Amino acid sequence: MTPDHLLIADALLPARNQMALSLGAHIILACFGVAMPAMLFVLHRMGANGDTDALELAKRWSKISGVLFAIGAVSGTILAFEMGLLWPGLMEQYGDVVGLAFTLEGISFFVEAIFLGMYVYSWGRLPAKTHQLLLLPMIISGMSGTFFIMSVNSWMNAPTGFDIVNGQIVNVDPWAAIFNEAVFLQYLHMLLAAYMVAAFTMVSVYSVGWLRGRRDRLHRLGILVPLVFAAIATPIQPIVGHFAGQAIADRQPIKLAAIEGLPVTESEVPIILGGYYDGSEVVGGIEVPIPGLASFLAQNSFDAEVIGLNEVPEEDQPPVNVVRFSFQIMVGIGSGLALLVTYVAYRWFRHRDSFLDNVWMLRAFTLTGVASIIAMETGWITTEVGRQPWVVHGILRTEDAVTDGNWVWFTLIGLTIVYLGMFAAGFGVLRSMSKRWAAGETDLESPYGPGRIHELVS
Amino acid sequence: MSAADAVAAVMFAAVTLYAVSAGADFGTGLWDLLAGGPKKGAPMRRLIDKALGPVWEANHVWLIFVIVLLWSGFPRPFATIMRELAIPFWFVGLGIVLRGSGFAFRKFAPTLQAARLAGIVFAGSSFVTPFFLGTIAGAIASGRVGTGVEDEVIWLSPTSILGGILATATCAFLAAVFLTEEADRSGDVELAEELRLKAFITAAVTGMVALFGTVPLRDDAPTLFDGLTSRGAPEIILSTVAGLATLHFLRRRQLRTARISAVIAVAAIVLGWGFGQYPWILVDSVTIEDGAGHPATLTALLVAAGLAAVIVTPALVMLYRLADTSRLSH
Repeated sequence: MTPDHLLIADALLPARNQMALSLGAHIILACFGVAMPAMLFVLHRMGANGDTDALELAKRWSKISGVLFAIGAVSGTILAFEMGLLWPGLMEQYGDVVGLAFTLEGISFFVEAIFLGMYVYSWGRLPAKTHQLLLLPMIISGMSGTFFIMSVNSWMNAPTGFDIVNGQIVNVDPWAAIFNEAVFLQYLHMLLAAYMVAAFTMVSVYSVGWLRGRRDRLHRLGILVPLVFAAIATPIQPIVGHFAGQAIADRQPIKLAAIEGLPVTESEVPIILGGYYDGSEVVGGIEVPIPGLASFLAQNSFDAEVIGLNEVPEEDQPPVNVVRFSFQIMVGIGSGLALLVTYVAYRWFRHRDSFLDNVWMLRAFTLTGVASIIAMETGWITTEVGRQPWVVHGILRTEDAVTDGNWVWFTLIGLTIVYLGMFAAGFGVLRSMSKRWAAGETDLESPYGPGRIHELVS
Repeated sequence: MSAADAVAAVMFAAVTLYAVSAGADFGTGLWDLLAGGPKKGAPMRRLIDKALGPVWEANHVWLIFVIVLLWSGFPRPFATIMRELAIPFWFVGLGIVLRGSGFAFRKFAPTLQAARLAGIVFAGSSFVTPFFLGTIAGAIASGRVGTGVEDEVIWLSPTSILGGILATATCAFLAAVFLTEEADRSGDVELAEELRLKAFITAAVTGMVALFGTVPLRDDAPTLFDGLTSRGAPEIILSTVAGLATLHFLRRRQLRTARISAVIAVAAIVLGWGFGQYPWILVDSVTIEDGAGHPATLTALLVAAGLAAVIVTPALVMLYRLADTSRLSH
């Protein structure tokens, strides 16, 4: 393959990167769409019961949600386009197999968009007790939307709901495709991740404010309310992840072999932390001194056999190092966050919120947002790159699904620039909103609003 | 009516709802661009912010719905469309991203400078996006998708250009009518009168484009032309009547009625296109029946559409009513 050929004709590399960029960017915003309504509901309820600080915080977070939801909606549209633009070979064969899940997700998103519109614009127009109820459909549609999207992704790992006879796809059962055997654990895993990302990010932001001396009740609520969500979701996540991993051992043993860096099938497999897979073994890693730990985690027995990469030809193996590193980063961060929230819970039951006076605790909190986002992204890299070279596991290769368009490098570069701009601008806008709140503004009127019109010249 | 026809009908209903709801949103871009400097344009931009704020995301979802129904119900035609019309789709995607983020950022922009930049991004992308959507419709309707046309850029054919111009004009027209009514209701008589004139002019221009646009269709898109002059004729006539009625209501300052007739005019012409190209999903290439996906999926999609009607309709009515009353209270 000449470099020239790579640049012009082979769309696989840029298409995969573009999909990774689009999904990786959108998933962060999606987390807020899924999880913010529940946190808002708690605050709004407190507010409806007379807590004015909580109500003010809910109002601010609804504005933040509005901005995040807007860029989430448009980046989600790009993904819908890309399903066809980048992967026409997937959609023309399996569009009707997974289409029902996407349609139901579309309905969920519709409900969420409608109620978000109503919620954000009802401040001061509805009594708090009624207003807060608008969040309930958003909480439910966030959960159902996550389910249907995860259903499509889990279907790619555990394809079902159709037969292939003489190369033809027949006996399509879209309901069976939705309720494939991987969906339940993948759904729980992502739902918990969404709550962790949104909750820890809010904890981080308000911890920064707290450390900068804004130690008011608003910031206290801004840390504690999402922290409760994070404290519930985070310890459950490793358990769900463990069972999801065991399911992979049965269903996608080569993905697991890549995660472990296991060249050949063997029993009593240990776990090796770090190191580099050189094509035949992991070198330079640290072996966990519990013999057969990987065997145990995968098969519930320390001397169980674990499938190695050698079971399939090389062209059917995923790139090991990317998958391994991603997995270990995810597990490392997830474990760290679980320890952190366990300690916080312990402190809470002993000394209530005295941990807010501990600077090191707060410093740890400021890192949790970025950490949880990295954990989620590396989780996605693990499952997506680990499925390669298949887009539909064992059935359709990614290279057979990709477009033959000669524009993919251009759109990859273009989208990268546009998303960098969008995220930078979004970050700037959110920062300026927070500064204006800190300075005592409440309404955040636009520069050409009636109250600011005197500032305008010309 | 077969299941495939029913799914196509649902999809086309969604196309129509997208055209009238998101069309009005997109059309505000032109009036935002032309509103003038920061001070002079402030009332117009405030009006646009207020009108779009609660509804634009919900209105936008119709497009996602159309795309998803297309790949679920008609997977092979969908792949063909995406392969052959990738470029205009990328422009639409770019426009949608810039429009949505520009709009969201402008409202909370810290400085006038930032608001102006976000505003130009929002308004400019709102103005051009419908053009590319129109070229996509034109390419499909003219029988150029999936038919192996090779020696031309299929989304720049005469029918596509007509589709683009018509879509852009239609959006500007709808937006002007909607905004007139809203300015009037908010009590800004001066702005309402300015917009009423704009609505009047764009109504006339859009009508002319639609009327004379059919002339090149005869040669450039013969199948569509035959369909428009037979099966689609009632819709075209309805659209013409509703368009003329809109001019009348605008002149009489019956602005709420003008809004309704404008919606009918636009919905009818979109439906006319749908009926006009029936039974083709890709004109001259693949019929709805041949392009349809597996029957089990089609049935399931109809169930989902029923579910959507039950769940989404009341919520959407609530949203629109709330948006209306909220503007009243200002």
